[in-house]
Amino acid sequence: MSINRYKRKEFENIETGYQAVRWHEPVIYELNRKGMENQIIPLAEKKIRTEVGDILSCIPAKIQRTSLPELPELSEPEIMRHYLRLSQQTFGFDSGINVGLGTCTMKYSPKINELLTRLPELTEVHPLQDEETIQGILEIMYKLRNWLCELSGMDDFSFQPRGGAHGVYANACIIRAYHFSRGDTKRNEIITCAVSHPCNAGCPAAAGFKVITLYPEKDTGDIGVESLKAAVSERTAGIMLTAPYDTGVFDSKLVEYVKIIHDAGGLVSLDQANFNGVMTKLRAGDIGADLMHFNLHKTFSTPHGSLGPGTGAIGANKKLKKFLPVPIVEYDGSKYHLNYNLSDSIGKVGAFSGVIHNVIKTYAWILSMGTKGLQEASEWAVINNNYLIKKLLEIPGVEIAWPNRRKLQEARFTLKKLKEDTGIGSADFNERIIDYGIQSYFESHEPMIIPDPVTPEASETVTKEDIDMFVEVFRQVSKEAYTNPEIVKTAPHRCSIHKIDPEPLGSPKKWAMTWRVHLKKHG
Amino acid sequence: MNKHFVHRYIPNTAPGIREKMLKEIGISDVEQIYNEIPEKIRFKGKLDIPAEQLSELEVLKQVKTILKKNKIIENSLSFLGAGCWPHYVPALCDEISGRSEFLTAYAGLEATDLGRYQALFEFQSMMGDLFAMDVVGAPVYDGLSASGDAILMAAKITGRRELLVPETISYDRLLVLKVYSEPWLSIIKVKSRRNTGELDLNDLKTKITNNTAAVFIENPTYLGVIESQCKDIAHIAHDYGALLVASVNPISLGILTPPGEFGADIACAEGQPLGNHISCGGAMLGILACHDEKRFVLAMPSFLITITKTSVKGEYAFSWHTAFDEKWERIVYTARDKAKSFTGTSSALWAINATVYMALLGPKGFRQIGEVNMQKSYYAMKCLSKIGDIKSPLFSSIHFNEFTVNFDRTGKTVEEINKALLKCGIIGGKDISKEFPEFGNTAIYCVTEIHSKEDIDRLTKALKEVIQ
Repeated sequence: MSINRYKRKEFENIETGYQAVRWHEPVIYELNRKGMENQIIPLAEKKIRTEVGDILSCIPAKIQRTSLPELPELSEPEIMRHYLRLSQQTFGFDSGINVGLGTCTMKYSPKINELLTRLPELTEVHPLQDEETIQGILEIMYKLRNWLCELSGMDDFSFQPRGGAHGVYANACIIRAYHFSRGDTKRNEIITCAVSHPCNAGCPAAAGFKVITLYPEKDTGDIGVESLKAAVSERTAGIMLTAPYDTGVFDSKLVEYVKIIHDAGGLVSLDQANFNGVMTKLRAGDIGADLMHFNLHKTFSTPHGSLGPGTGAIGANKKLKKFLPVPIVEYDGSKYHLNYNLSDSIGKVGAFSGVIHNVIKTYAWILSMGTKGLQEASEWAVINNNYLIKKLLEIPGVEIAWPNRRKLQEARFTLKKLKEDTGIGSADFNERIIDYGIQSYFESHEPMIIPDPVTPEASETVTKEDIDMFVEVFRQVSKEAYTNPEIVKTAPHRCSIHKIDPEPLGSPKKWAMTWRVHLKKHG
Repeated sequence: MNKHFVHRYIPNTAPGIREKMLKEIGISDVEQIYNEIPEKIRFKGKLDIPAEQLSELEVLKQVKTILKKNKIIENSLSFLGAGCWPHYVPALCDEISGRSEFLTAYAGLEATDLGRYQALFEFQSMMGDLFAMDVVGAPVYDGLSASGDAILMAAKITGRRELLVPETISYDRLLVLKVYSEPWLSIIKVKSRRNTGELDLNDLKTKITNNTAAVFIENPTYLGVIESQCKDIAHIAHDYGALLVASVNPISLGILTPPGEFGADIACAEGQPLGNHISCGGAMLGILACHDEKRFVLAMPSFLITITKTSVKGEYAFSWHTAFDEKWERIVYTARDKAKSFTGTSSALWAINATVYMALLGPKGFRQIGEVNMQKSYYAMKCLSKIGDIKSPLFSSIHFNEFTVNFDRTGKTVEEINKALLKCGIIGGKDISKEFPEFGNTAIYCVTEIHSKEDIDRLTKALKEVIQ
């Protein structure tokens, strides 16, 4: 039944009629057709073969592969069918209602941008080519750099990090390099908070810092000036916070924190993975951030790709831009260049200049939006989310954390009451909503300070009807929890697979990350 | 009259919806929500970004016009590799990774996203067979960062503080390893033998100590040489209780001993050669593998997908390896700062390309592509070394698909030669004269299955003319 035809007052039960594709598709090794070969490339020309002779026999025996890799052998049509079926058993943004995955900013990825990055002007270009021959790509990098500087109030950008956490790591390394460059080696602590993405703790730890985690206040959801003051010392290297938080709360004291940290000689790095609700409204540079990052694969519409390719575009202010990873794109008035000689660069955190696809797609997306479109997108992310909040809170057993605060692009709910009333917690609830043909929701990052959390996010590219349907599914499953909890506990029932046995996942005797190990342990 | 703002990517901008939704929320203006942000930090200025939305056709034309400034010279030939290698990408790879479900999925549950979990499990599995290693993670950011992850694993596992690396690794890799290792490991370079380009085992023996966490090696090396002493290096490392961390080229593993068989404890690689276009270095993916031992698995920073069962008999499921034991502090998502790692969204779509590629090639295909790469690069070396003033390769060892070309006797720099080649529509090899001044005017050339005999002959002819 279409939600458009659905009248809520007459609501008894949703019957979406949904049944996910269930192919019972074997693992590719089980489809083996022994002896099959696909002629993808030709043999070397006869002249070459004659000229060089039996080249494989020239490889010293001690480094020759003695038996062929035990890969499956299938024909091309079989491989096509296999992976097509796997794609059909994957719920992409394009597949249906995606209102659940908060902090992920699931939004539509325009197809024109895909087309642009499939042009040979990108796919056939080598990153080490003479700059003269890649002026087009460099121009787009440079112009996008300028636009991101505008949107963030920062002074320079690097696109090298290939994910948000990779960007946060680069920023942690910049903080380290900054203090070292001043001969200040005593600053070994980074402050973060529990409602910032876990990478704001993990990255500085990987970069060698001791991490202090502050917790949000019970009534405000802010971390509070007093607790920050208590954590700051002469060992403070900086603070790494997500802003707005993963809870949708914008910390009202952020400017004060910036002053406290700067007064103590530390740096401020903001994780703006949740930028989608504040484009054109707020700039990290204006608040006083020294470093920040955007996720091009979230706010800026580049596709999530089943978990990447991502881009954590990192921005630095005037003081810190000389520490960015190399190369940096520059323009001398007539030509674009890649500058590898930044005086204090941390070096590199990865290969070349990052995922150029995402740079081109973001550039095209901003062109298609315009400033006005960016502003509208953010406002719609906020309106959609607040509409969702209003509707979800009408459902029995659903409550919201920090109810006295308005939330921006997302919000954290709790099913604590539902759990107390029915025994159904967030994990079970999530496994049931997907039976109605919608994507699951994100519970929460660690630490789960809110019990049985639910963190949905309705980006600007979803419809009001999507949100209404998401809410109706919640209402339905809440009702089931109160009247027939067993159907929830044993879910999913109408997805591609049933309830997973979690035991092997953490058991060294049973886990199998490869088919070869699966055969050894379970074959 | 102001035209109502409608945008093709924002469905609720159709007239009438905003008012309805605001009313439902109980506000009259969205600004009432933005009041959450202190007034003094609200941005009030004007952004230097085009104000108006563009139609799809305008976007297409504008971006294409800029991209066309890239010079893709008709019949241009490139011999650049050095970390991003030109290989043929079968049509099936783009077809599958272009499926909108794979392209736009992200973080759904196993039951909604079964297909992407299974595809990544198959990526891990096939990579495991190529590497002859039992545990492979879902992809990490890229090959260079994978080598950073691998050495951090070694530091965690051994608790030691020194890392030995060959002096022939690329400057880029050295920069990455330096960033990753800074708080944990000091990097010590091991000499290479000038005649063969392989690691100098005597120098290795003098530098390895009981504080060596790992010996890092590459096979093939950055300079194209096949390191034939991998097993010997593994013995030396293990004698001192150090780990062997090996970075390999996966496309060579149909013909070269896989890391799991030469004694590597941790293996890493750049996976781009498997089914990914060079794309200006955009389509890179990091591979990280280890043995199925608890101490290794618990140090892996990457997502690991394991096969498991469901409540229905005979049904497979695929899910994240998790840690029920709180001492298992492996990934940043569960353990935050205790994990000291940072793998998140990385490069899954490129891994799907690699998965399809491995399935298409199969065991014999990998052997063939390895052989063809060697045959063609050997033919190229042969042709180039016949040119009087060129020496290629510099080393007496066996090479895979890259090799050194030295121009010292021509009296010209690599830069001059590459500029001249470009005029003939040929992109010469990577200039390493600044990276490795000890090798003089040297470039690394890459020849793969995409280069025909005519291509190589054309390069030979052009080089002859250029150096005269």
